[in-house]
Amino acid sequence: MPIKTEEMVLNMGPQHPSTHGVLRLELKLEGELILDVKPHIGYLHRCFEKHCEAMTYPQVVPYTDRMDYLASMSNNFGYAVAVERLMGIQVNERVEYIRVIMAELQRIASHMVALGTYGVDIGAFTPFLFLFADRERILTLFEETCGARLLYNYMWVGGLSHDIHPDFVRKTKDFVQYFRPKIDELNNLLSYNKIFVERTANIGILPADVAINYGITGPILRASGVKWDLRKNDPYSIYDRFDFDIPVGEGLKGTVGDCWDRYYVRVLEMVESLKIIEQAIDNIPEGDVQEAVPKRVKPPKGSIYARFENPKGELGYFIISDGSVNPFRVKVRAPSFVNMEVFGELCKGHFVADVISILGSMDVVLGEIDR
Amino acid sequence: MYNFLIDIFGSPVIAFFVAAALPLFLFILPYALIAVLAERKVSAHMQDRLGPMRTGYHGIFQTVADILKLIQKEDITANSIDRTLFNFAPYLVFIGSFAAFAVLPFSSFFVGSSIDIGLFYFLAISSLVVAGILMGGWSSNNKYSLLGAMRSVSQIISYEIPTAIVVLTMVMLTSTLNLDTITNQQTAYFWNWNILGGAATGIAKFLLIPLMFAAFIIIFISTLAEVNRTPFDIPEAESELVSGFFTEYTGMKFAMFFLAEYANMLAVSFLITVLFFGGYHSPFGYLGNSLGIEWLVPIEQGVWFATKGLTFVLVQMWLRWTLPRLRVDQLMTVCWKYLIPYSVAILLLVGFITLI
Amino acid sequence: MTPEETLEILKNKFPDSEFTYDNELPVDAYIIVNPKDLLDVCFFLRDEENLQFDTLMNLSGVDDNNATKVKDEEGNEKLEGRTLSVYYHLHSMKFDHKFYLKVSLPIEKPEVESVESVWKCADWHEREAYDMFGIIFLNHPNLIRILLPYDWEDGSYPLRKDFETPEFYNGMKIPY
Repeated sequence: MPIKTEEMVLNMGPQHPSTHGVLRLELKLEGELILDVKPHIGYLHRCFEKHCEAMTYPQVVPYTDRMDYLASMSNNFGYAVAVERLMGIQVNERVEYIRVIMAELQRIASHMVALGTYGVDIGAFTPFLFLFADRERILTLFEETCGARLLYNYMWVGGLSHDIHPDFVRKTKDFVQYFRPKIDELNNLLSYNKIFVERTANIGILPADVAINYGITGPILRASGVKWDLRKNDPYSIYDRFDFDIPVGEGLKGTVGDCWDRYYVRVLEMVESLKIIEQAIDNIPEGDVQEAVPKRVKPPKGSIYARFENPKGELGYFIISDGSVNPFRVKVRAPSFVNMEVFGELCKGHFVADVISILGSMDVVLGEIDR
Repeated sequence: MYNFLIDIFGSPVIAFFVAAALPLFLFILPYALIAVLAERKVSAHMQDRLGPMRTGYHGIFQTVADILKLIQKEDITANSIDRTLFNFAPYLVFIGSFAAFAVLPFSSFFVGSSIDIGLFYFLAISSLVVAGILMGGWSSNNKYSLLGAMRSVSQIISYEIPTAIVVLTMVMLTSTLNLDTITNQQTAYFWNWNILGGAATGIAKFLLIPLMFAAFIIIFISTLAEVNRTPFDIPEAESELVSGFFTEYTGMKFAMFFLAEYANMLAVSFLITVLFFGGYHSPFGYLGNSLGIEWLVPIEQGVWFATKGLTFVLVQMWLRWTLPRLRVDQLMTVCWKYLIPYSVAILLLVGFITLI
Repeated sequence: MTPEETLEILKNKFPDSEFTYDNELPVDAYIIVNPKDLLDVCFFLRDEENLQFDTLMNLSGVDDNNATKVKDEEGNEKLEGRTLSVYYHLHSMKFDHKFYLKVSLPIEKPEVESVESVWKCADWHEREAYDMFGIIFLNHPNLIRILLPYDWEDGSYPLRKDFETPEFYNGMKIPY
């Protein structure tokens, strides 16, 4: 006699320790095997795009902080550059250099959170705290510069809110010196750990063609073996002056595009970011960081789609201006929003525990998905 | 010990209750308090933190405060649970892990119960935990709890097999099930410990040493899995199943599960100590013997036993804060494809060696 | 390949269709496509040998709010001609060129073919445009609300310019 079995629907989230925020996953299970995953988003929707239409252009900057709250600098950066392009403002060299240094520090900080929380998802708690302790150093640098630790409102249209303080250069160099060996420590503790590799290698494989069709960007796309980085392929600001590599997934421990590759690409990207910071930190020219800040931000009629390489992927700002002081429409192409679409596809046929592995390796931030 | 208590109280009934309650209040409750704190301190120092610092000197009263808090907590029972099973489960788990201590020889003066089927009893009574966990998970009427309980039960039952086979190996070597006798076979110095071939002599001893090391590693791994510790803490994998089978429990019932987990850790550590590391015997001889103070010897033995047991508990904590967690199928692979064949091979080899 | 060259290729390929080159300076230029040809154009853009727009960077709904006052026969003033637009930002990973499309839909009947079958990532973007603007994407596999709650009032689309905050939501007073 066959035993009667039935599918079980498990609601993972919105309150769950490892959905990285208020994401709800509707899992259809057969035992522990995943038959189908439906992500439900929108629990953190804060009407960013509607707000923008009522704000003036500079007032939007603090709102961009709150999208990907782990990479606020990069969000500011993108918005500022987009509006500057729309208005045809040219900022001076000092601003460009400081912006790049801040964005790269922010990239390291964001990847630290991604890698640390991924460790927690897999069950290793210690690397998480090691990485967070190191992240504190970056946050302290930011705090000393602009007074905020998470939501900076630092990069304004046409300039910066504060100049860097005199100690900043030395402290940043110290940090770079300090952090390089820490990456090896992380690799020894977590990346090459046998159990960690068993849990992540060959899990959630994302082939390159699927990734491109789904519009996946950032570390996830690179982990699938596509050498694509907007800092190189469509350079903005002064990224074309620096010498750095684009790490891609090579399938060292499993197949190209698996969770381990996605993890490891981030580790390698931290090294590349350190390289950029090292090249930039000594060459900051003198100048006034608020030189080009316009009295009244009033772009001409027109529209722009500008995209930037955020820690999570391609952040796009689509801004339509009707010639007034308020944007007519701001649409944000949030990297996590697009990356999350492929999640259901990746999970099919895996176990419940793998859902966590895959979600962790995507490194989504719900503030950005829901905006 | 029991006779000593009869002498004091003059009544076998009172003596019986005192003998039964003494280890609980003297050892296991203080141990649980210390172990919970130790876990937090160990993890904190491994992670470059300080851990609890506010309650008392370096936070030594943190667990006491936690227990007080847990006692005050409201005992929440949801509507749709199976109330009887739900209420009974924590007690069953607690009984299972606590009753296992009854047969452990703490020192030559204080052997809880020197029964001849001690090892058998230990394995059997600690299986009660399985029933308790399944009850708790099922009656909670929560999908996470149920998944956690199912995982836990399949894991514990699977890992009991390599444990039992290693125990069987030791029974073959020592030809007894009585834990006290096993301890006393490993008396005198540390080269008589079973991990170094026990009381065997000549070529057999040298052949036994590698096998005993292998057997020790197997039983350490499998007992680690039985008490649901990282890297085998899949049943309560907090990143997947929230808290596994005790997700729905609050207050003291939760504390009982918690306490049972720590009691279990210690129980299996003691079992390993008895089987492989000479039980309560000192590796170097006794201060009491050399000074001629006889009453010092049992105390020293108690200290040695506790030290050895707690060392393994510390190793378990150390592992927990270092390693990530396995997946369910990988866990089963470790058990069925590696541990069981190896333990069977060791059983056979030890059998041959004891024949010659 | 510049947008102008792409436009020439398109014009040759689809002689019956209309393409308007909208060079909205200062920055980006758009090709306005007839909504009924959109799907064919998109498939063509993706599969053509030397175009290969394999990625949809962004899909954005916009309320153009461009109604003009007209007088009907009886002399009453009426607003007419308001359109909702959908912007498609295409990009080719292989050749590294971009192309921006735009379709304009009358607000009375904002319907356009879904491009989900061309680029998978259009799925959620289209749901979002539906959610916020009420643009109906025909043949979309799962056109339901995405960011707003599932019980959000039907026919209420927050990013339209004439949206007014409702007084009650599920019996709760909104501006408290």
